[in-house]
Amino acid sequence: MPGEMDEIVAEFLVESYESLDRLDRDLLALERDPHSREVLASIFRTMHTIKGTCGFLGFAKLERIAHAAESLLAGLRDGSLSITPQTAGVLLATGDVMRLILRQIEATGTDGEDDHDGLVEDLGRLRGAPPGVSPAVPPAPGAQPEPQPVRSGPDRSVGLRSAVTETTVRVDVNVLDRLMTLVGELVLARNQLAALASDRADPSLASATQSVDRITAELQEGVTKTRLQPIRTAWATLPRVARDLAVALDKRVRIETDGDDTELDRSIIEAIKDPLTHIVRNAVDHGIEGPEARVAAGKAEEGAVIVRAYHEGGQVTIEVADDGAGIDLNAVRTKAVELASVTPEQAKRMSEREALDLLFLPGLSTADEVTTVSGRGVGMDVVRTNIERIGGSIDLSSRRGEGTIFKIRIPLTLAIIPVLIVTSRDERFAIPQANLLELVGVVPGSIEILHEVPVYRLRDRLLPVVSLARELHLGGDDEESPAGRFLVVLQADDRRFGLLVDGLSDPSEIVVKPLGAQLHGLEVFAGATILGTGRVGLILDVVGLAARAGVVGDVHEPLDAERPGEVLEDARALLVFADAAGGRMAVPLDLVDRLEEFPRAAIERSGLHEAVPYGDRILPLVPLHELIVDRRRAPRHAGEDMPAELQVLVHRRGEDLLGLVVGRIIDIVEQPAELQPAGRPGVTGTMFVQGRITEILDLPGLLEMREERRRLDVSASAGAAS
Amino acid sequence: MKQLATFTVDGRFLGVDVTRVREVLRPQELTRVPLAPPQIAGLINLRGEIVTAFDLRVPLGRPQRNPNERPMNVVVATEHGPVSMLVDDVSEVLDLDEEAVERPPSTLGASARDLIVGAYKLDGRLLLELDLDAVIANTGPSGIDAEVDER
Repeated sequence: MPGEMDEIVAEFLVESYESLDRLDRDLLALERDPHSREVLASIFRTMHTIKGTCGFLGFAKLERIAHAAESLLAGLRDGSLSITPQTAGVLLATGDVMRLILRQIEATGTDGEDDHDGLVEDLGRLRGAPPGVSPAVPPAPGAQPEPQPVRSGPDRSVGLRSAVTETTVRVDVNVLDRLMTLVGELVLARNQLAALASDRADPSLASATQSVDRITAELQEGVTKTRLQPIRTAWATLPRVARDLAVALDKRVRIETDGDDTELDRSIIEAIKDPLTHIVRNAVDHGIEGPEARVAAGKAEEGAVIVRAYHEGGQVTIEVADDGAGIDLNAVRTKAVELASVTPEQAKRMSEREALDLLFLPGLSTADEVTTVSGRGVGMDVVRTNIERIGGSIDLSSRRGEGTIFKIRIPLTLAIIPVLIVTSRDERFAIPQANLLELVGVVPGSIEILHEVPVYRLRDRLLPVVSLARELHLGGDDEESPAGRFLVVLQADDRRFGLLVDGLSDPSEIVVKPLGAQLHGLEVFAGATILGTGRVGLILDVVGLAARAGVVGDVHEPLDAERPGEVLEDARALLVFADAAGGRMAVPLDLVDRLEEFPRAAIERSGLHEAVPYGDRILPLVPLHELIVDRRRAPRHAGEDMPAELQVLVHRRGEDLLGLVVGRIIDIVEQPAELQPAGRPGVTGTMFVQGRITEILDLPGLLEMREERRRLDVSASAGAAS
Repeated sequence: MKQLATFTVDGRFLGVDVTRVREVLRPQELTRVPLAPPQIAGLINLRGEIVTAFDLRVPLGRPQRNPNERPMNVVVATEHGPVSMLVDDVSEVLDLDEEAVERPPSTLGASARDLIVGAYKLDGRLLLELDLDAVIANTGPSGIDAEVDER
């Protein structure tokens, strides 16, 4: 059956590409540690598997190469040969040729006309075989008594691997993409449904909405997970790139990776491959010095490029650090003046940061000469553009003589992001939470003008202020507004600024949709989304907004100088917890009398009310969601999915006791009270806690709400009884 | 024979190739796009798809629409996906004899004339056929860049 055969070949191709990537890595590892039997066994196994499958599928030319390589590897493994740079080079080249043949198979279905005699002879020569004795017709796989490793180690690992593959399925990425799009649509529909449900006091609608909400959240998480790949796949080729480049430049470079298993959406992995490769090439080419220069500078002969990835605040940070010569800022300045990007005066006045930033100018390279690998006109400006296109940012720091560090920050996924909705002149805009630092309420007159730049003093630091209404020409005058406003403190390219807006709405999750081609020139918008109301909302591009407002590279210098030791005045301990629907909330710790955990069984019911014995008293229990009706999430029905243990915050005022049933205690944190007023009863305001928007509960207010409700209940039942 | 979907914009009788029309929508809620060129009236939600809406009055050099009058949407296909054209009223689809096409009248302004492919005389009314791609291109990235670069 041809169809079935095609599928087998397709699978063979995918597996073989992966195997060859592993082969590259293993060969580089072998060069480093020539006696590692484990690595040798892995290489041998890879080649053997490819050879076997080729034989089965009838790709004789590929099989012949694999066989010749395998014979050489057998010699290495049994110790009759030892690895030399030539051997490693030829084996790497073998991998490259095999990749070419695979591509040919992919395109034409055959392994081509070329017999690759030269390569086969090279492989034979390294094995010590006389030229021309390379096997023309290799024996059928399995027929040849394979020198299988006697030790059980590698065999066991083979067994383990096949056990793993049985629990996994290969899925076409298009299917995953389609699923992600559908989940996005579902999230939007859920938002609209929730908005409808909150307008109608219909318990059954609220309950159904709650179920849809929960399922949507879980589905979204699940589908997002299926698209995650370890970042390893993005940088698998880097060691090879660095090695080849180092050999070409007569340098010695070691590449180390850390955080290989850090997971990212596959679309982002694809998008960062090229920028990462470019940065690593740059590090090897421009960063790492030649061996003599390194020794003269008192460094190890071998330079190091360290690539690390880690999760940080809902984003992934990738660092590329080298221990090379660092960046010559004066050379950068001179070059920028030559390119007429800046005037000599500007260049002289520039801070270190600003000078480093010049590297991202189009056409700027500090390479003394154009080498074969760098200085080809594709510069750091393209790298920055590519990273910003996926909502990321890049910056670098460098010390002359010590090295350079590139830091790339990228979002986990592109499709669904948490945002804060702000309003300005009755228009609503979404701000990605990844850019958000904190929210500050400002009163009229608290914004000063310093060197013609509006600034706000935030904990003794000057924060440049950008008025959203002014930047977007929305009309009106910020100064005339009698009411207080809000500063949304944002991060753009390592600089902070406060965005002045009229109002804040609930944080929510949105699906990013691209703007039409006609609007692509608008750098202040990252895209659009459908809001819960069904209306289209624009998503602000924080970096673009900062650039438009001229914040970046302007008044940040005094800020940087004042950075160390942020003052935590008014620091207050907060108890952070999740409500039943998973939203983050907190209460000032000094208002919490005790934290208790009660088993469900201990709860006594009297009429509508629940209570537990508490010392010699009765503690009335109130589920938080009964007092605070969440506008985003319908309240969960009591008893449904309730855990066996209830987490209760006990608040005491005088003789009054209140036991507030919350979802889950998260943490206790100390942090300055930078509270923003919020719109709903029972909530004092919102603030940033551990980088996330958190609602601060008004415990005294809740106690009163509860008393009020009880009075109403009593009078209602009294009225019904009479 | 040629079929044009016809509509009016400030009294002018206009038509576009009917094969390019995806659908006609009653007035939709528009989200204004700050800093966008004046031709771009805003964004509409077309069943989850975000579609840019063009106000045909601007490229045609007609006075602004009264804010109380809510425009109809003629959604047309372009190579960059659907866009909506805001018009005052939508009329029928007309069968036209391609032989009868005439040059656009010189009374049209020069910029408007670039957007018109041809004119048809019908019972005392003049039907102008719009060049959709010219309308879109007229409001394309170059116009936006000029706006953004002004700082």
